[in-house]
Amino acid sequence: MAEQVAISPYAGSNGNRMRRAVANHMATALAIISTLLVVAPLVAIFVYLIYKGASSLNFAFFTQIPKPVGEVGGGMANAIYGSAILLGIGSLVGVPVGIASGIFLAEFGRGGRFANLVRFTADVLNGVPSIVMGISVYSLIVLPQKHFSALSGGVALGIMMIPTITRTTEEMLLMVPNSVREAALGLGVPNWRSVLSITLKTASPGVITGCMLAFARVAGETAPLLFTAFGNNFWSSNLTQPIAALPLQIYVYAISPYDDWHRLAWAGSLVLIVLIVVAVALVRFVTSRGILKGAN
Amino acid sequence: MDSKTQQSRIPSFSESLSQTAVQAPDSATAPENRDPVVASPIREFLAGRGSSAFADRWFRGLMVACALSIFAIVGLIATELVLRSELSLKKFGVGFFFHSGWDPVAGNYGAWPFIYGTLVSSLVALVIAVPLAVGLAIFLTEMCPRWLRSPLAFLTELLAAIPSVVYGLWAVFVLVPLLREHVNPVLAKALGWTTLFSGPNYGIGMLAAGVILAIMILPIISSLTREVMSAVPHMQREAVLALGATRWEMIRMGVLRNARIGIVGSIILGLGRALGETMAVTMVIGNRPEIAKSLFAPGYSMASVIANEFSEASDDLYLSALIEIGLALFLVTIVVNALARVLVWAVTRGAPARAV
Repeated sequence: MAEQVAISPYAGSNGNRMRRAVANHMATALAIISTLLVVAPLVAIFVYLIYKGASSLNFAFFTQIPKPVGEVGGGMANAIYGSAILLGIGSLVGVPVGIASGIFLAEFGRGGRFANLVRFTADVLNGVPSIVMGISVYSLIVLPQKHFSALSGGVALGIMMIPTITRTTEEMLLMVPNSVREAALGLGVPNWRSVLSITLKTASPGVITGCMLAFARVAGETAPLLFTAFGNNFWSSNLTQPIAALPLQIYVYAISPYDDWHRLAWAGSLVLIVLIVVAVALVRFVTSRGILKGAN
Repeated sequence: MDSKTQQSRIPSFSESLSQTAVQAPDSATAPENRDPVVASPIREFLAGRGSSAFADRWFRGLMVACALSIFAIVGLIATELVLRSELSLKKFGVGFFFHSGWDPVAGNYGAWPFIYGTLVSSLVALVIAVPLAVGLAIFLTEMCPRWLRSPLAFLTELLAAIPSVVYGLWAVFVLVPLLREHVNPVLAKALGWTTLFSGPNYGIGMLAAGVILAIMILPIISSLTREVMSAVPHMQREAVLALGATRWEMIRMGVLRNARIGIVGSIILGLGRALGETMAVTMVIGNRPEIAKSLFAPGYSMASVIANEFSEASDDLYLSALIEIGLALFLVTIVVNALARVLVWAVTRGAPARAV
């Protein structure tokens, strides 16, 4: 482009041209350098995770519960199981409420003041720091119940899932062409039926994406579980008792002074990351194959 | 523009974290031309008839109830925080936030060291992250060859998918030793006279917290900046290029100048996330309620004091002081997020939302 500047009002002496060309190249170089600097920690994190994590992963990791301090070995089987339970409860809370609120925003409340308020509140909820969510759920559920419980942890995760699911559901429903809705109505289908089996179904790949993203996001959350699920060194599936969770276990092991626990923390992180990356990649795969393009 | 249409509205992971601001305006500002519900006489006719009317009312009621539950949740969070922090709110008043003693044994609480730690670590994070994020966004939207764009975008998206505790783990075992052995001595030698980089070098401390925070907020800032930059109409770029500008001049005059408010918004959104970040910061900041000038010194942040001391808070006043810190964090993040959103809207509102 620098060759064309001769006819432009910016063009001046040769020195000026040179300066501009240099500035252009400098900017390009800086952009490339910053890209490399962003990618570098990412690569470093993954390399370390795989290097340290994979060498510590073994069969026992998936089958045993943590060993007492001083004994080598043990695993995080109960934490993986506990995380599954917590995420299950979270999804039971977050997915229906999130999707229903999304349906409300897209199908019933469009453009209304109330809908805007709901949207704003969902954004506020999304911005609430996870640790604040933790202490709120602590005082809402744990204090009245008088002890830490799996249930409270699950609810905390579920609440954190709601805003993401609501907003994606809304967006995806808005992409469904109106003609589809009207075709259903023209056949005499009741409105509720048309929303559930026509509109929502058409938008389902996108809605599922939203749910998976929310799921992947809360799967790694530690802060809201500190004072709700609390952690547990043994098998537990009692919803009213403290339960172990993978991120919590990683945290406890990472700040401990024992090398063997550090090893387990790396292995746990690798498992957690693989879980999340698989979820995100799955989402990309599902959504890249044919999502219904809206008419508008 | 085609890369944008290709993505359609599938939210990226980092968007889901920051609940992209760009989605909101087109549905908020242009509801009329998308609204079939009111416009359709068929629907009104059918809705008024027969057996479906009853079921429809119930269905609608259920959806409204779920939407209302979002209000209820936020309301409950706010009231719980206020009620449970009443004790310390009454006892210390506003002075709580400016007082710097933190002595649970003597019953003396002041949140200033934590506020200071949160502010300083977030600021360090912004100083590091903003140039990198904007540089990355420029590279991805304006310079990157097409084949590289999508994998790179995916990689930065992955950065947002890593859980906080994994960042913390990596920071404790990789970043902190790296800072202690290699980076800090150089900084101390070169910039020691500013007193920002002086004193004992433990590795853990404000600087480590700031660096790990920077890595964590990078994807948010860069993905929103990218979004804002691609909302700048192509004609702007073409007009500047047609005047004979170089590529950098085109970016500077045609893109950055038009997108600057939105970029500021995305930076503030990143700040909002940095303020509330807990686990990774707790693991590397040093957890000492002190105010030191040097970035090498350990500090404490609002979120990490809650994470560390909440479960061992023995008396009511201690607990309520911690919850008051949580309340402050809650309010600050609401204000910061709202501000950011307004700024991003200001840019993307007028832009053609889809398929240009």
